[in-house]
Amino acid sequence: MTRDLNVAVDTVGVADATPDEKQPWAELGLKDDEYQRIREILGRRPTQSELAMYSIMWSEHCSYKSSRVHLRQFGQKNPKTPRLLAGIGENAGVVAIDENIAVTFKVESHNHPSFVEPKQGAATGVGGIIRDIIAMGARPIAVMDSLRFGAIDHPDTARVLPGVVDGIGHYGNCVGLPNIGGETYFDPSYQGNPLVNALAVGVLPRARLQSMQASGTGNVVILLGAKTGLDGIGGVSVLGSASFSENAEDDARPAVQVGDPFTEKLLIEVCLELFDAGLVVGVQDLGGAGLTCALSETAAAGDGGMHVDLELVPLRAEGMEPHDILASESQERMLLIVDPAKAEEVLARSHRWGLLATAIGTVTGSGRLVVDFHGQTVVDVPPKSLADEGPVYHRPLAEPNDLGLISVDRAETLPRPATDEEIRQTVLDMAASPNLCDKSWITEQYDSSVFGNTVLATPHDAGVVRLDERTGVGIAISLDGNGRFARLDPYVGAQLSLAEAYRNVAVTGATPIAISDCLNFGSPEDPHVMWQFERAVTGIADGAQKLGIPVTGGNVSFYNQTGRDAIHPTPVLGVLGVIDDVARRIPLGLGKTGDTIALIGTTLDELSGSEWANVVHGHLGGVPPKVDLDHEMKLAELLARLAGTEQLAAAHDLSEGGLAQAMVEAICHSGLGAQILLPEGADPFTYLFSESSGRVLVVIPRGQELAVRTACEQRGLPITPLGVTDANTDGLHLRDHFDIGRAELEAAWKGRIGARLGE
Amino acid sequence: MSARIGIVTFPGSLDDRDAARAVHLAGAEPVGLWHDDTALAGVDAVFLPGGFSYGDALRCGAIARFSQVMDSIKRAAGAGMPVVGVCNGFQVLCESHLLPGALVRNAHLRYRNRPARLRVETDRTAWTRLYEPGTEVVFPAKHGEGRYVADEATLDELERTGRVVFRYLDNPNGSMRDIAGVTNEAGNVVGLMPHPEHAVEALTGPSTDGLGVVASVLTHLSEGVSR
Repeated sequence: MTRDLNVAVDTVGVADATPDEKQPWAELGLKDDEYQRIREILGRRPTQSELAMYSIMWSEHCSYKSSRVHLRQFGQKNPKTPRLLAGIGENAGVVAIDENIAVTFKVESHNHPSFVEPKQGAATGVGGIIRDIIAMGARPIAVMDSLRFGAIDHPDTARVLPGVVDGIGHYGNCVGLPNIGGETYFDPSYQGNPLVNALAVGVLPRARLQSMQASGTGNVVILLGAKTGLDGIGGVSVLGSASFSENAEDDARPAVQVGDPFTEKLLIEVCLELFDAGLVVGVQDLGGAGLTCALSETAAAGDGGMHVDLELVPLRAEGMEPHDILASESQERMLLIVDPAKAEEVLARSHRWGLLATAIGTVTGSGRLVVDFHGQTVVDVPPKSLADEGPVYHRPLAEPNDLGLISVDRAETLPRPATDEEIRQTVLDMAASPNLCDKSWITEQYDSSVFGNTVLATPHDAGVVRLDERTGVGIAISLDGNGRFARLDPYVGAQLSLAEAYRNVAVTGATPIAISDCLNFGSPEDPHVMWQFERAVTGIADGAQKLGIPVTGGNVSFYNQTGRDAIHPTPVLGVLGVIDDVARRIPLGLGKTGDTIALIGTTLDELSGSEWANVVHGHLGGVPPKVDLDHEMKLAELLARLAGTEQLAAAHDLSEGGLAQAMVEAICHSGLGAQILLPEGADPFTYLFSESSGRVLVVIPRGQELAVRTACEQRGLPITPLGVTDANTDGLHLRDHFDIGRAELEAAWKGRIGARLGE
Repeated sequence: MSARIGIVTFPGSLDDRDAARAVHLAGAEPVGLWHDDTALAGVDAVFLPGGFSYGDALRCGAIARFSQVMDSIKRAAGAGMPVVGVCNGFQVLCESHLLPGALVRNAHLRYRNRPARLRVETDRTAWTRLYEPGTEVVFPAKHGEGRYVADEATLDELERTGRVVFRYLDNPNGSMRDIAGVTNEAGNVVGLMPHPEHAVEALTGPSTDGLGVVASVLTHLSEGVSR
């Protein structure tokens, strides 16, 4: 397939001479006033290439035009902390761990591509977030993923889920990063819009922090990595189709890019080698908008301009036109800004690893981004007009009409199991349900141990990774969302997810220090969706302010909607914590026989939005559990203290499924049994299945009970002894109520995902 | 002076850092070797780490076989230098014909990461001489193409000559005769799919059983071949 090479290139000169040429701006997603603004900025009509660049950079995905006015809250409310070295607006947030080391992390969505082509969509999502981490000067050290699919027994789930898992696994495993945790949920709301959110984390010496600035007139612009092809061009193909021969094959290009983790691995090694050798002035990854985004963002961040000769870009397809090259989303590429005296060495070091590196332009003092193609100028624009001065919308907001009705339809009024036998069966049914069952069918497809620094990974509450073998300093990360709670109340729901991620980090003994978020919503053009978005963002910003840890970056994914049906609003929150010595982390489990099992926190009759309401009644209504961030902070401080003094043998956050599910997981993971006696007067059903927030199951070593109780009381944290760990008890013994043997528990909990997918 | 153990980095090697850590923890000096260089830097033994050398292009290990460093390693192995290949390293050794058999797609067709219980079948290799035969060890196994296959005659020969080094107790990939690792006739070259270098610290691994692999070769190097 070759294209007609005789098509005249639309140059700046041609554009000047043909002001009335009809242009497909509407097909490219631009509004009339936006197109007029482009003409004003340029003082003429845009060339094809310029039109392509504006349409991409001013898209929702790149410009955040619907979300920007709300996201400002993060900047306004973020607590000031000396730890924050780079924040929102950078490729990824960077936080200091100590005087030498910093960590960068970010979560990003790849939802739509993963529905179209699950394996490559998910794989390139992982690849993209890894390059954000490299661009900060960090070595990527781990990944996580938060996944949401439609109903597990829907035929399309059997297409999407295995492909997504294969893509995440294939990419992460080949690039050599441990996958240390995440979550997987099923809900019909995601049937046509599965969510694939990937998080990556990296570590860097603070002195190696990189900038995306293209500064220093005369510096060389180098394109590093894969060749540029016709993949992932998406909407910009509209431009080409007008001038192509009417050959259907011309448009048979993959809308979803194909990932090559091997090249990404080389990119990591080459970039880090170049950073360490001090050879790089500025760096930017090529992500969603390819060269267009990387060129305009680096030029806009710098103090001058940039000149690029586009024909120097190595191509893997014939007949690519300038706008194709600028819009291509071919994966595994980075843009480097390099001192000309060091350019030779950069090229040589890249070639040593077998990686393509090509000088394609220079930094200029012109203040313009100028792109030539075989000597003809096809782009001549002020770079900030692309990168920083896109449209900003104040979209209308409206509370969903049904919210009042939903809030009075409380799950607390649903029929509950009445007898011990019914409660016992509920424990088993819940453990076997898609959202609560063992996920090892998925997580076994991921390498979790490469690098040899993974201290905790799935199924522990948070992933814990050692950063320094000498000092033992490490990080903990958790990634949590709950679309059901957010559907009932997006403000509270977002805070509940934030509180859960915060608590999951805290139960390992780490101290939370930073937040990253991935905001998955329906169409911003729907005022109800926009209202949900505004409430969720406000909830997160208020929560971050209260908890005293900043939101350092993240991603917005809109249009997760099929027809008029939007997904549940699904803010996914990543929390990063620091732990001074990973040897003192608190694991999941039951400790040793004879240890005391206790519950910290208060159990209320809170069942709305719960997994019990979902599994048993298929019900979603009422108001979500209360959030108490003061309580969460006290709890986190307590857990960090008790980890430091090694006064807890194990701990486990209570979330979906409540105490019953936490016990099932602790028992299945530990190999020990548990004898439990519920507090006097407690209603067993409520106590076992409520999803009240701010609760942690703890296992206290013998002899430490009084010290732990005192530490709780000093902080005003309620602690309730529940029983003991016992090697001679088979599974769960709930005194005066029922027993469930280990074999029966495991039979319910394990092996469900594969079985439900027909394996 | 401690022994020097070379660890090869191919483009796409991933567990090279882990191998270096294991070598270091066992008391030897890790020395980086580059795929595109014939120099072996005077090392006493070689560790081929896991990963996806050359992106697993063609077949796992198929391109690495033709690398500059493998020419030198083949010659050195022929002269008795201890060589161990783990995971992708095992695949490279089979592709290089330093070891018999081949590693193909797991029988269940998926990548699987699980701690593997193994039985050490022999102490008559440079890399297992400190293990009591019959000892059970736990190393992480994590691979998509780890199913060991060979023709019946080769398998019989391996069994007859005691060259099955590690055997799975819960076969995770459909390997023939539960074989997890084999050795060459001389016992200096060993390949296995599970990762001993990921079982060297209680904090990060399922066991510390893997330290014995490097410790064995150190004993082998200091005492010479005494079989």
